[in-house]
Amino acid sequence: MAYADDVENEELHEPTSFISKYVWSQDHKVIAIQYSTTAILVGLVALVLSGMMRMQIGFPGSIDMDATAYYQAMTMHGMIMVIYLLTAIFLGGFGNYLIPLMVGARDMVFPYVNMLSYWFYLVSVLVLLASFFVPGGPTGAGWTLYPPQAITAGTPGSEWGIILMLVSLIIFIIAATMGGLNYVTTVLQARTHGMTMFRMPLTVWGIFVATILALLAFPALFVSGLMMLLDKTIGTSFFMPDMMQFGSQLDYSGGSPILFQHLFWFFGHPEVYIVALPAFGLVSDLISVHARRSIFGYRMMVWAIVSIGVLSFVVWAHHMYVSGMNPYFGFFFATTTLVIAVPTALKVYNWLLTLWRGNIHLTVPMLFSLAFIVTFLVGGLTGLFLGNVVVDIPLSDTYFVVAHFHMVMGVAPILVVFGSIYHWYPKITGRMLHDGIGKLHFWITFLGTYLIYFPMHYLGFLGMPRRYYAYEDYPFIPDSAQSLNAFITVVAIVVGISQLLFLFNLAYSYFKGAPSGGNPWRATSLEWLTPETPPKHGNWGPSLPVVHRWAYDYGVPGAVLDYVPQTTSAEEVPVHENDHDE
Amino acid sequence: MLTQTTSVPFAASPGYFDQRSASAKTGLHLLMAAMSSMFFLFLLSYILRSQVSDWEALSEPWQPLAQTGQLWFNTALLVVASISLELARRSIRQPERGHSRELLMLAGLSSIGFLVGQLVFWNFLTTRGFFADSNPANAFFFLLTGLHAVHLVGGLVAWIVATVRLERERREPTEEGLALTRLSVELCATYWHFLLVVWMLLFALLSSSPGTYAAIAKFCGLGD
Repeated sequence: MAYADDVENEELHEPTSFISKYVWSQDHKVIAIQYSTTAILVGLVALVLSGMMRMQIGFPGSIDMDATAYYQAMTMHGMIMVIYLLTAIFLGGFGNYLIPLMVGARDMVFPYVNMLSYWFYLVSVLVLLASFFVPGGPTGAGWTLYPPQAITAGTPGSEWGIILMLVSLIIFIIAATMGGLNYVTTVLQARTHGMTMFRMPLTVWGIFVATILALLAFPALFVSGLMMLLDKTIGTSFFMPDMMQFGSQLDYSGGSPILFQHLFWFFGHPEVYIVALPAFGLVSDLISVHARRSIFGYRMMVWAIVSIGVLSFVVWAHHMYVSGMNPYFGFFFATTTLVIAVPTALKVYNWLLTLWRGNIHLTVPMLFSLAFIVTFLVGGLTGLFLGNVVVDIPLSDTYFVVAHFHMVMGVAPILVVFGSIYHWYPKITGRMLHDGIGKLHFWITFLGTYLIYFPMHYLGFLGMPRRYYAYEDYPFIPDSAQSLNAFITVVAIVVGISQLLFLFNLAYSYFKGAPSGGNPWRATSLEWLTPETPPKHGNWGPSLPVVHRWAYDYGVPGAVLDYVPQTTSAEEVPVHENDHDE
Repeated sequence: MLTQTTSVPFAASPGYFDQRSASAKTGLHLLMAAMSSMFFLFLLSYILRSQVSDWEALSEPWQPLAQTGQLWFNTALLVVASISLELARRSIRQPERGHSRELLMLAGLSSIGFLVGQLVFWNFLTTRGFFADSNPANAFFFLLTGLHAVHLVGGLVAWIVATVRLERERREPTEEGLALTRLSVELCATYWHFLLVVWMLLFALLSSSPGTYAAIAKFCGLGD
């Protein structure tokens, strides 16, 4: 590959001052940490908001929260978790850290644009958080921001909150596009000697395909956000229909709220996979390393990722069954939705078959990976319920839906985020995270999230509607539902507070953790083979690594070690003396 | 340490620009793909919205787009910009850089001319009372032409970089400078062709008749 030959001769401008090294840094590893730290911090805000909502539901009136504040908390919680935490940490965090290291590049191909991407992201977060301090507070329109209510008086934050939300999203999309151009181009153009596309770890494949989805799907959010912003600020009628408000005719006419829903979900559904595909990739690598087994069906896994990515663009209207549509459309979208189950199930089977007869080490990353598989399975199976029009309609807008999407794209990806941080933290800092605290954190989080979300399926079947501020005086909701809600709240608070264990572990281990060495998990992929840990600027020292094999050579028959790094050629593999004939 | 062991004179890595230019081209293609997604979704929204009864197409005989002379003039300017960048891209490969300097200047000036022309037309619309909020067709006109203009302004930043590089290379010719200049001009040419195609699509759509919108909507399954 021409790239590798040439880039070795490239002059490296190692940053010298504190500012250029840690603040205005163009190093992908620093940018990754900036992205992740910001995402986790803003995620904590969203976590606190969810705790407040749970207090109101479980113990009504126990905290000073009115309906307005409840809707604002709900909206900000959803938007922050989906966009500003999960999307940012998977693409901006893991994508930035791992892509160049895993493909053997010195950095992203456009480091300056990469740096701008982070700073735009930070501005988008600050604009979003600023909406807590404007008159009327943040928007309470629900994270889907459906017009006309999102920009009409009566909805919390319809004065300034919604404007800041839309501006923040537009800035975020610019940031994601700048980052996305980098991730995809780096994968396509900056792989080292011998690193073919089909030798890349599945982590890279997941992030690569997710980024392509982001580049094509985020424009839909941009388009809808910009048009709604104009409806709000200069009085256009893209989405706003003829409306009466407090007895007087508003100055809008003819706009189509359904058009917004189509645009939003044309972004919104691929967004699920923008979060899920990197999680699929990361968890594949965690399972393979910690079960000491080559990944089962590598090519099948790659094609599953690609086909899920393609299919994710033709299922969006399954979020709109209750909005009303031609029955043939419902049939089409239900069919495509169920078809996605095929490549997804393939992936689950392949993870299981990778574990089959593996030398499973129940390390913290492995525990999180196993938890991911079962959680994702539960979330995926309830997706089959909701993908069918006839089943969806009675369950729509109930707690069944809340349980479904929290399992499948809330808890499942977050488990992968945790597992991956436990796995790669030694490379980032040179120290291991504390195992005992890690296991405690795992069990509380895993069991806790099940105790929170599993009963919600039942509440959904009872008909408990979602997005309600209070559930008193609804004859169809039995009293026992309130007991369950109180139980869920208690567990949610415990799980929420237990995340402090994780933060403590991050801080404690940074100073006191056991030194990890360069490759504590005895893994094969390139990021574990850097000359220094943590990797220095330029990653590879004087010469780039040369790749001879795929990233999953664990338990190669006849080899002395149970893993063969990607940089080891066939001749260099140490083999048992008496195995030569095999 | 790292810097010392890997630092070599620039000329020692002749293939460096192959990689750099391949990356830059891939990046630009991806950017154009994302922009295409955006404009495509705007156009779909446009068609869908045009089927509501309050839509007053700007192309009706009594509406401002019945006479498209100004917009044709603007289009001609953008065509000139695109062609001159293409010629600049070719001539910069010639031994004495051909007329690349003049062509690059022409491209920039005609692009600025295009932007001014668009502003003149915006002014024409507003002075006749066609504001963004008076009809969705107007709103789309301002929105789409505005977004196209913003992307062209972004292109002009790249054009300034190309111009500066060309000037620097003329004064102190180096292999590095030449390769960078060529790359810049090449990327500008590709981007301008793309923006020209986008503009022609926008122009065609914005000035079409309501019958055309109805036909497209029906074809896409969006109409009644």
